[in-house]
Amino acid sequence: MKKIEAIVRHFKLEEVKHALSELGVRGMTISEVRGFGRQKGHTETYRGTEYTIDFVPKVKIEVVVRNEDVEKTLATILRTAQTGQIGDGKIFVIPLDETVRIRTGETGVDAV
Amino acid sequence: MTQRQAGAPSCDSAQVATSCESNGWRLDIARGLRFIFTVAVLSLPGALAWAEDPKPSAPAPVATLDKADQAWMLMSCALVFLMTAPGLALFYSGLVRKKNVLGVMMQCLMLAGLMTVLWGLYGYSLSFGGAPGEAGFSPWVGNGDFVLMRNVTSTFNEATGLVETPVEGSISRLTHMLFQGMFFIITPALICGAFAERMKFSTMVAFMILWGTLVYCPLCHWVWDGGILAFGAADAKFGALDFAGGTVVHISSGVSALVCALVMGKRLGFGHEPMPPHNLTYTVVGAALLWFGWFGFNAGSALNSGAQAASAFCATHFAAAAGALAWPLLEWVFRGKPTVLGCASGAVAGLVCITPASGYVAPMPALAMGLAAGAVCFYACTALKSKFGYDDSLDAFGVHGVGGTLGAVLTGVFATRNITPEGTSGGKLLGLLEGGPLLTPQVMAALVTWVYAAVATFVLLKILDVAMGLRVTQQDEVQGLDYSQHGEEGYIFI
Repeated sequence: MKKIEAIVRHFKLEEVKHALSELGVRGMTISEVRGFGRQKGHTETYRGTEYTIDFVPKVKIEVVVRNEDVEKTLATILRTAQTGQIGDGKIFVIPLDETVRIRTGETGVDAV
Repeated sequence: MTQRQAGAPSCDSAQVATSCESNGWRLDIARGLRFIFTVAVLSLPGALAWAEDPKPSAPAPVATLDKADQAWMLMSCALVFLMTAPGLALFYSGLVRKKNVLGVMMQCLMLAGLMTVLWGLYGYSLSFGGAPGEAGFSPWVGNGDFVLMRNVTSTFNEATGLVETPVEGSISRLTHMLFQGMFFIITPALICGAFAERMKFSTMVAFMILWGTLVYCPLCHWVWDGGILAFGAADAKFGALDFAGGTVVHISSGVSALVCALVMGKRLGFGHEPMPPHNLTYTVVGAALLWFGWFGFNAGSALNSGAQAASAFCATHFAAAAGALAWPLLEWVFRGKPTVLGCASGAVAGLVCITPASGYVAPMPALAMGLAAGAVCFYACTALKSKFGYDDSLDAFGVHGVGGTLGAVLTGVFATRNITPEGTSGGKLLGLLEGGPLLTPQVMAALVTWVYAAVATFVLLKILDVAMGLRVTQQDEVQGLDYSQHGEEGYIFI
């Protein structure tokens, strides 16, 4: 099992979610996050005073997939979340030791 | 022109001249001080019985109440109240950091209560007590005619067997008192923008009691009750037109705001820590409510529902619209993007600028005034503030002080007898544009207001600094006023 964390633009969330659902991904967790990459932040101006915003708001999508599904999941996120502009985000693939479904006590891939 | 002129008990010019000659200014000041002392004594609970005295000392008014005017003025009262809470509360609270959102809202809401109480006890009397030519009238300060609502509410007349309602023009005096009371609420609330995020709440309360009593009430009397700055008044030194509060409301609050910012000093971290507005959506909603309420503020200042009210309504709307264009357009040109805050600020600047002129200028000059206000206030809030380095947190001076002064001066340029009722203009030419002499007294009245508001505010702040302290502690300021002053938080996410 692998946990895939994808940090994407806000407006790409629905598109990514729809594509992953079609792929067979049955659950996901999303959260509002802030951060910066190579492009750093941006500047905002309020009544002439400029502020540098270092941490840009993004959405983090977390899904857990079987090892054999990792490649196509990555490809799907890449295809749907990409605009080609700076700030499209990142995808992290993380090894996962165990998953437990709290309601039934099932473990492993059965709990995904 | 005065905001009670339409129905104030009047006297002929000979009476006014006699009154003027017999009252030296030293006597007037002494009378004013005696009056303030008397008010303090009479505010004791024991004075309440006196407040119910069914025999008014002022002459019995002639009842000419007009129901249409009354309806419009009651509506205007509600519209002006809307400007403070929620209008100004939202406008200002969106501009502060989230740890101070409740602090700013509290100041607006608390002042709505505090200033109303003061207005009912003695503020209305101090501002509008007496009329030129009446016995006991002073051009410097009001008298005790309306203390504790005496001569304001209806009374039963044993002789006639009728309930008699005191009137002011074509509306009841109670309505006039309420309408003017709404101005007494919002004016000090405007100052809060200058010392936002750092003033002790207790000191703010004390300051506003003193400022309202010693700065607002006299100014109101000077301009709107036949005092030393009233247009056409026999006692006026620099009689100027101020339809809805260019001097009384905006210059007084704006200049006092600047003095507050200078005396109190900058917020901790100002200039090197980010202090962006925490919620501009509040600010936009607040600005829209201000725009809406301003129709009552300006059009209501006609004190009736006639043609001048409609003209003021139009001028108000046109100036706000032009201001909402000018400020963001300048941002677009000079800074690359038109901002939402710039649009909201421009609308308010236009509204401030047109306030003194709204009853006296035609729609096209109103557009010009709005454009000028958007441009000048944009400069004041962006370039001027950073050049001099003062921390006027929410630009109370940049918008109200600068915009109000601009409006007072431009009233002297654009005011026209074509719009102004004959009772005010006397059929004479007014503004510079039509060849009238109004500009000089407008400038002088603005100058007097600047000096008086600045000096009085400075003295009050210095006294309060010694007596109570002006600022919260550094720890409280870092923590935010919401928790340190009120023990609450604006945003609690569980």
